[in-house]
Amino acid sequence: MPDVTKTVPEAAAEDAAVAAAGGALPEPSKPEKTRSLWGDAWQDLRRSWIFLVSAALILLLLTITFFPGWFTGANPTSGDLAKHFLQKPKLGNFFSADWLGYDQQGRSVYARVIYGARASIAVGFGTTVAVTVVGGLVGMIAGYFGGIVDSILSRLTDVFFGIPFLLGTMVFLTSFQNRTTWVVIGALSFFGWTQIARVMRGAVITTKQADYVHAAKALGASTPRIMFRHILPNTLAPVIVVATISLGIYISAEATLSYLGLGLNGVSWGNDISDGGNQIRVAQWIMLYPSIMLIVTVLAFIMLGEAVRNALDPKMR
Amino acid sequence: MRGAKSAKWVAIAAVVALGATACGGGGDDKGSSKAAIDPNGVFSVESGEPQNPLQPANTMESYGSIVIKSLFSQLVSYDSAGKIVMVNAQSVDSKDNKTFTVKLKPGWKFHDGTAVTADSYVKAWNWAAAPANKQTNSFWFSDIQGYDDVAPAKGKPKATSLSGLKVVDDSTFTITLSKPMPYFVYKLGYEVFSPLPESFYKDPKAAGQHPIGNGPYKFVSWQHKKQIQVAKFDGYKGPDAAKNGGVIFKNYATPETAYEDLKSGNVDVLTQIAPKDLPVYKQDLGDRAIDQPISAIQTIAPAFYTKQWKNINPKVLQGLSMAIDRATITKTVLNGTREPATGWVAKGVLGFQPNAAGDVTTYNAAKAKQLIKEGGGVPGNSITIQYNADGGHKDWVDAVCNSITNATGVKCAGDSKADFQADLNARDAHQVKSLYRSGWVLDFPMNANFIRDLYGSKSDGNQSGFSNAKVDADIAAADSASSLEDSEQKYQAIEKELVNYMPSIPLWYYKVNAGYSEKVSGVKFDQAGDPVLTGVQVAKK
Amino acid sequence: MGRYVARRLLQMIPVFIGTTLLIFLMVYALPGDPVRGLFGDKGGSPQVIAQLRHQYGLDQPILVQYWHYMKNMILHGDFGTQIASGRPVTDVLGDAFPVTLRLAGLSFLIEMVFGIALGIVAGLRAGRVTDNAILLFTLLLISVPVFVLGYILKVIFAFDLNWLPPNVNDPTNYNEMLMPAIVLATASLAYVTRLTRTSIAENLRADYIRTAIAKGLPKRRVVGVHLMRNSLIPVVTYLGTDIGALMGGAVVTEGLFNIQGIGGTIYQSIVRREGTTLVGLVTILVLVYLLANLLVDLLYAVLDPRIRYA
Repeated sequence: MPDVTKTVPEAAAEDAAVAAAGGALPEPSKPEKTRSLWGDAWQDLRRSWIFLVSAALILLLLTITFFPGWFTGANPTSGDLAKHFLQKPKLGNFFSADWLGYDQQGRSVYARVIYGARASIAVGFGTTVAVTVVGGLVGMIAGYFGGIVDSILSRLTDVFFGIPFLLGTMVFLTSFQNRTTWVVIGALSFFGWTQIARVMRGAVITTKQADYVHAAKALGASTPRIMFRHILPNTLAPVIVVATISLGIYISAEATLSYLGLGLNGVSWGNDISDGGNQIRVAQWIMLYPSIMLIVTVLAFIMLGEAVRNALDPKMR
Repeated sequence: MRGAKSAKWVAIAAVVALGATACGGGGDDKGSSKAAIDPNGVFSVESGEPQNPLQPANTMESYGSIVIKSLFSQLVSYDSAGKIVMVNAQSVDSKDNKTFTVKLKPGWKFHDGTAVTADSYVKAWNWAAAPANKQTNSFWFSDIQGYDDVAPAKGKPKATSLSGLKVVDDSTFTITLSKPMPYFVYKLGYEVFSPLPESFYKDPKAAGQHPIGNGPYKFVSWQHKKQIQVAKFDGYKGPDAAKNGGVIFKNYATPETAYEDLKSGNVDVLTQIAPKDLPVYKQDLGDRAIDQPISAIQTIAPAFYTKQWKNINPKVLQGLSMAIDRATITKTVLNGTREPATGWVAKGVLGFQPNAAGDVTTYNAAKAKQLIKEGGGVPGNSITIQYNADGGHKDWVDAVCNSITNATGVKCAGDSKADFQADLNARDAHQVKSLYRSGWVLDFPMNANFIRDLYGSKSDGNQSGFSNAKVDADIAAADSASSLEDSEQKYQAIEKELVNYMPSIPLWYYKVNAGYSEKVSGVKFDQAGDPVLTGVQVAKK
Repeated sequence: MGRYVARRLLQMIPVFIGTTLLIFLMVYALPGDPVRGLFGDKGGSPQVIAQLRHQYGLDQPILVQYWHYMKNMILHGDFGTQIASGRPVTDVLGDAFPVTLRLAGLSFLIEMVFGIALGIVAGLRAGRVTDNAILLFTLLLISVPVFVLGYILKVIFAFDLNWLPPNVNDPTNYNEMLMPAIVLATASLAYVTRLTRTSIAENLRADYIRTAIAKGLPKRRVVGVHLMRNSLIPVVTYLGTDIGALMGGAVVTEGLFNIQGIGGTIYQSIVRREGTTLVGLVTILVLVYLLANLLVDLLYAVLDPRIRYA
């Protein structure tokens, strides 16, 4: 991935947006027919090897995140220099503390790899949720009301989109004294919401024209009701596609920020890769294992996104 | 898969070397002249883009000062044992340590051919001291009489020149200090006290881009963000004339890339080794690796203005100090790049004494626990150590914390600030939560610099809020000593006393870890960790 | 067309003001101060600090500073002065931009040529083994962080095989710039591939292609003219917006390969709190981004005859 962690190509996303929204139009919010967009998608997904592999990986990662104790009894933060400094991996001792060796602080690399998952997953999910909520709301309001509201919100989106992502997050994070998970999520979301907003706006504008929306309006439904009951369900598909793929990208972004010395404080793969880099000439394992975990995790989410996109985009079938 | 490391950029260099110091140093080059030497050979040094224009009193960080040092010579310098060597001065005499008479050596010229006179010095110093000229190092002139009139703390300047500086004749001038200072001559070796040619004042800004000095090298070119080139000055009269034809200061974004270039022959002298290469650079370079102590020390200082440390019993700090396994940490995490400290004054300066802190710097978990208990325990039973993330400090801070926790059960965590600016800001604003890492590189090679400038209540370098009437009184007494030796001894006595107050926890002394290519020989480093450029010899091709 | 361009240009004004103001405020909020930072650990003379702060206007309220900055920039093309070096920011940018432009240009070329080529191959063989292999390859490229990838390439091509120089000493030497350009291009390359593939696969089933084939046109012409022209529209959009990203986003790559361009300047400006330099940089990057977007939209009209701007 590039320095600037970018999200899915916009054109593709917007394409998918229009396509998905269009494809969904015949079946509004009520799934009367047996095969709705979502049902179709599910049928598709179950047959996709990409989906099956990525889903299995993500399940495993989530288990590790929530129950690290199931995987290792070692403490990731306590180290003993005198005993374990740069001790080589004993690859035969599966799942024991010395399996993947010890780092420059005499801490178990295996324990750190396991406990490091939490930071990455938290940043990935946290940012994605924040971005989807904020971007979704902005896009919905801009797309629904149009006119001056749309102009203002669109320009605001442009402002945040115009600042290079990495540059923005770097400045943002530098101003914080204590970089907790929340702060990193905040930084990534602050500059990351624009894409969802654009996709959402596009989808809302398309959906707004539909007859059933006009019908709901004529029947006197309140604005929030139209927005959330009638329009929202039909704009979800493209947003979900973009969100899943960007989840992996945000995990990668956190690692890049850690590499630049601006990641979150605490146990994280990004920090370990960055710190392990100093030992690369004598103890490659310190950097190797967190790197593998990071790449596999990012890959899993991007694959999931790809699978979901294929399933939700009728043109792809 | 392997990984890369850290674009820590210049920060690595800048953190330790902020406030690098003058030092000509005698580059003695005995032995190892296997290849024929080319006296006009040019070599390259790993460096970076100087932060400030190249004006002698305006340069504080290492990339600028290494260039300034090659272009300007001062009145005096000092050798590797900390002894004064006359450079541009014939003599610097004083009867009362308050008024100094400087006589210049005859025949010295600036690179533009004009003569170096007493006026070249006096005028340059007056110019640099005036706040209107905004020189970052102007406070160095504050010892000289009349500084308060030139740069009053409040209001408009009352004078434009320092009343303590008087030109006697073309080659003689006198310096009068506001109060006696037995070691003032040492300060004259710093590049702030350089002379400036008449042409400088016409356009100081242009002079900062194209400096004209009186040093062993003359300025050739400055390609911004790429390199600075200087060439040997044939008219140089000083003791440290260049043994090579010139130097190219090459700009590197990271020490990692510089190291790779050293191995592929694209750069000749490195001033630092990237953390990644430290564990192996001695194998890689063989006898071209440099590993030598310099006069700098790392400590962790309690923020005495916090509730936690306000009225702390020094025994607690002694206990924490004994809980740090310096020997193991320097050997492992720090790859032998530091040497455990045994006192507050660094090696290589006048007045250094081994084991000044007694057994407080020896690791002893049992005694550490006991001392902390006797002192009433650490308030909150938990400490943090503040550091800047861009300075490569994380590893040792983690290790020190682990050591303290393992030995005493006191909780300890690093408090990382994004970069040096943020770290500094928290220290300036007295916002440090518990303890902070603190480093000091010598300004002049004498123990006074490590005690007076750090632990005097009103010193610039005292950021911890440490204040002790007894220490202040002792410092005043040492400063008014009749001779340099007397002053040195009084400061030694103060250092021995510091263990009873624990103004900071000494950790280790710095070393310079560097290397050079097969093309050059005679590469030596001075106390400040800078290469002695004039002594480098370049092999004939 | 003219009115459309004028409207777009007008829209740029609030975006331009917003972006510069945002970055100005963010830099202002950073702890520390560029003048104090010059003095390092040991502190400096308060008089000199006050003088310097006054000279650079740092003692004024933030919005006043912003107003003066923008006024000088727009009226005089003056981007301010770098505090530490005393050099005009335009000079600093003038040093860094050509370097980054070269790197970004080379990257752009790589991502375009290889991205589109791979995408066409995958698209024409949609669903087969080649397609799946390319899919996996591109997803992997997206997943590997740039600093890891850079190091892998360095070890393989510079140290083990000795094919390419490990670092850049001369930014005009394209041999040295090749490896960093590849590293910078990878992720975008993967996106271009995905996009091209999707677009091709989709259009292959479009009616007009069937018509063209039914008309008996040679396959080469169908694919080369009809298919390409229509499939590359989304790819062009992406490529257009990517130019700006390539330029502003090379922080890690530049550091990894010792390239003294925009990325390094950005990093140092943040660390030293050189607000003026940072704002100047962002201003130019934003302008590049805005203009690239406009150009892309105009290109649309050329590529797609259905689109007409009134």
